[in-house]
Amino acid sequence: MQFSGRTRKKLRLAGDQRNACYPHSLQFYLQPPSENISLIEFENLAVDRLKLLKTIENLGVSYVKGTEQYQNKLEAEIRKLKFSYRENLEDEYEPRRRDHISHFILRLAYCQSEDLRRWFIQQEMDLLRFRFSILPKDKVQNFLKDSHLHFEAISDEEKSLREQDITASSPSLSGVKWESESVYKIPFADALDLFRGRKVYLEDGLAYVPLKDIVAIILNEFRATLSKALALTARSLPAVQSDERLQPLLNHLSHSYTGQDYSIQKNPGKISLDQIDSLSTKSFPPCMRQLHKALRENHHLRHGGRMQYGLFLKGIGLTLEQALQFWKQEFIRGKMDPDKFDKGYSYNIRHSFGKEGKRTDYTPFSCMKIILTNPPSQGDYHGCPFRHSDAELLKQKMQSYKIPASGINQILDLVKGTHYQVACQKYFEMTHNVDDCGFSLNHPNQFFVESQRILTGGKDIKKESSQPETPQPKPSVQKSRDASAALASLNSSLEMELEGLEDYFSS
Amino acid sequence: MEPFDPAELPELLKLYYRRLFPYAQYYRWLNYGGVTKNYFQHREFSFTLKDDIYIRYQSFSNQSELEKEMQKMNPYKIDIGAVYSHRPSQHNTVKLGAFQAQEKELVFDIDMTDYDDVRRCCSSADICSKCWTLMTMAIRIIDRALKEDFGFKHRLWVYSGRRGVHCWVCDESVRKLSSAVRSGIVEYLSLVKGGQDVKKKVHLSEKLHPFVRKSINIIRKYFEEYALVGQDILENKENWDKILALVPETPIHEELQRGFQRLHSSPQRWEYLRKVISTPQNMKNDKCGPWLEWEIMVHYCFPRLDINVSKGINHLLKSPFSVHPKTGRISVPIDFQKVDQFNPFTVPTISAICRELDVVSTNEKDKEEHEAESEIKHRVRDYKKTSLAPYVKVFEQFLENLDKSRKGELLKKSDLQKDF
Repeated sequence: MQFSGRTRKKLRLAGDQRNACYPHSLQFYLQPPSENISLIEFENLAVDRLKLLKTIENLGVSYVKGTEQYQNKLEAEIRKLKFSYRENLEDEYEPRRRDHISHFILRLAYCQSEDLRRWFIQQEMDLLRFRFSILPKDKVQNFLKDSHLHFEAISDEEKSLREQDITASSPSLSGVKWESESVYKIPFADALDLFRGRKVYLEDGLAYVPLKDIVAIILNEFRATLSKALALTARSLPAVQSDERLQPLLNHLSHSYTGQDYSIQKNPGKISLDQIDSLSTKSFPPCMRQLHKALRENHHLRHGGRMQYGLFLKGIGLTLEQALQFWKQEFIRGKMDPDKFDKGYSYNIRHSFGKEGKRTDYTPFSCMKIILTNPPSQGDYHGCPFRHSDAELLKQKMQSYKIPASGINQILDLVKGTHYQVACQKYFEMTHNVDDCGFSLNHPNQFFVESQRILTGGKDIKKESSQPETPQPKPSVQKSRDASAALASLNSSLEMELEGLEDYFSS
Repeated sequence: MEPFDPAELPELLKLYYRRLFPYAQYYRWLNYGGVTKNYFQHREFSFTLKDDIYIRYQSFSNQSELEKEMQKMNPYKIDIGAVYSHRPSQHNTVKLGAFQAQEKELVFDIDMTDYDDVRRCCSSADICSKCWTLMTMAIRIIDRALKEDFGFKHRLWVYSGRRGVHCWVCDESVRKLSSAVRSGIVEYLSLVKGGQDVKKKVHLSEKLHPFVRKSINIIRKYFEEYALVGQDILENKENWDKILALVPETPIHEELQRGFQRLHSSPQRWEYLRKVISTPQNMKNDKCGPWLEWEIMVHYCFPRLDINVSKGINHLLKSPFSVHPKTGRISVPIDFQKVDQFNPFTVPTISAICRELDVVSTNEKDKEEHEAESEIKHRVRDYKKTSLAPYVKVFEQFLENLDKSRKGELLKKSDLQKDF
């Protein structure tokens, strides 16, 4: 008998067989894992992947995706958690297996609501994008060939026949050497975002896609597939949740995602009203600093400003009585009638503390909320200065806050790139005299907490060139600021959230 | 041709549906070889009856039932919708949310009214031989793209009966396309963007996508005759000002105005315009050069598509061989091979073909026809003796191609499945 040379199988050792399960360092998670694992491993895998996804979220806010810093930090975190990302390492089987199983476990926790799904899909997409970006070219071909997408690399001959047409169609090819670019053909319907804008060459139902554009297609496909899969998972979830071993874990996982919302006052009444003026320049983020200034100057704030600032003050620990006194004092200075205040404004303040009407305890606004909703108009002082002030005005503000010129330029650059929260972090670093604020900012109250931490000597991240401080009795001494320390502090907020989770299982 | 009187419709339709409507071919089309179970049975039809009574979710078990219902209801208009998950006529018995549109041909509707801003001869529902060229260009441009770029093989072009054309793309894979992909296809095919408040609706990038390049090449073949002679778009100041509105505000305007006044005809002025915008001086301006010329040509000649018709899987579109209640013309298939010769004014009206049928019948009464001849055979010969015949032939050719493709697919599949 003749055997076709291509399909002839070599005798494989047991180890090779394992690698055959996971031929690539990344995957689309089309097949769920089928082995048995212990409950302990189930829990550990879930927690580890959650750490990874949260890091991805934080890094995505702190750094521009795709930059060297971002890539390096992400790679370090993946390596630390022992998930797969690169090839050519000794034993790839275990990291890939961990990656595979942990993804599917988290699906159970994150399929339950629209918000959770969106979050999960976003982080998983960023992870896939990263892994794909570090694939060497030859591995790319293999990965695409094995995937369920019908990519096919075209021969040089096919390529040269269509050189004019393909280069005229694909904007991503402008200014690039034609010879070095790989081009793939796929059914046109798989390249929807490309062909609808006529950004790819179509011939006989096939789209001729350069490698650069393939990423977009892959990510789109991934998002669509994962979205559908999560919807399906949600439907079969009741069966899973009825398993008593899994129920508590799954609930914990999805709740730890929302992060601190500063709605529960840690130390109510610790701050006195006469501290607010000095706190506003030392520890308030610029948005609240400007609101406070406007309030003092005009003895009044409009509704948007009252909401944003009022809830912030609640978040830093003002009690209802203090809040009422604070606002009333200021408004009276503006020649408001005390009765008018009692009638018109105090109700609203009590309402926002949950003491009236619906009795919802309103939560202080996060950065995202301030940036994305209710933009200020003429006569308003709320919003995010980095988002809502024009560059000139912002520059003046920063100058009035005595930020050095180099810092201001960095801030303006970040703002131009729409990295508003990173710009605010920069402001923090400048005003607190540190090189790295050590956290990724997503809430004004977080800014306040972190600021207080530094000013009252709790943090260990300080500028290297600063004068040696008087010896601190605290155990957390000044550490040298290298990448892992920064990453560790990045994770400190993570640690807080996952604390409860790990305690639960460590017993 | 006999003048058409809408008041005669009920009688005419009765005759039409009894003896002329090509049911066999129609069923052959929508049954698609019977490959998918219940494909015909799950298809939605809608009827518009006398006095504008509109009924949806009509469906039929077979050709015979279709015939009986059409003859009974005598619809003024027939629309074809999607193939659903269940029989449309029973959709009320289906659990909420379970009744879904699943497949449909990809359709396009090109309407002359959408060109009112660029045609001088007619407006709104009127058409004439001068502006019909717009449809010819549209058909050529769209058909080329559907065939060469998208690889679609089974494209049926149909005259709508009054002021436009429809295209039905019937490939098996196309019928399954999602709404998003259908929208994407329309976007790919669109170059003229903007409503009344947008002056300049066409912007071409420096690098022309092959679709754009090839479409312009098609327009080029017709532009002189259609735009410069027929429409006379540079006839006088009132008209050449409209073109100047598309040219960037620069000293070019003055140069062109002067030249236009000196010259005597649209072709002359067009040549002049082409020369002026290509001078090295004017080329320095960002948007001059050949792109400007092409943008003007596209603005005046490129097809305008209604995305709403194409993107919805459940969208209902006028059926081929339906009658247009206002003009009386039959929605006939257009022979693409002869698209340049297609004349909407020679398309038979229902009154004309009924009259032709009467003539035939009187003649036959004189010969002695065998009484026992089946009704169907009678009908088969009936339409053949009217002006409808050539159009049914075009339709049959289209069906032949569908059949051939289907057989080819089945053969491929069985080859793959054969064990050795």
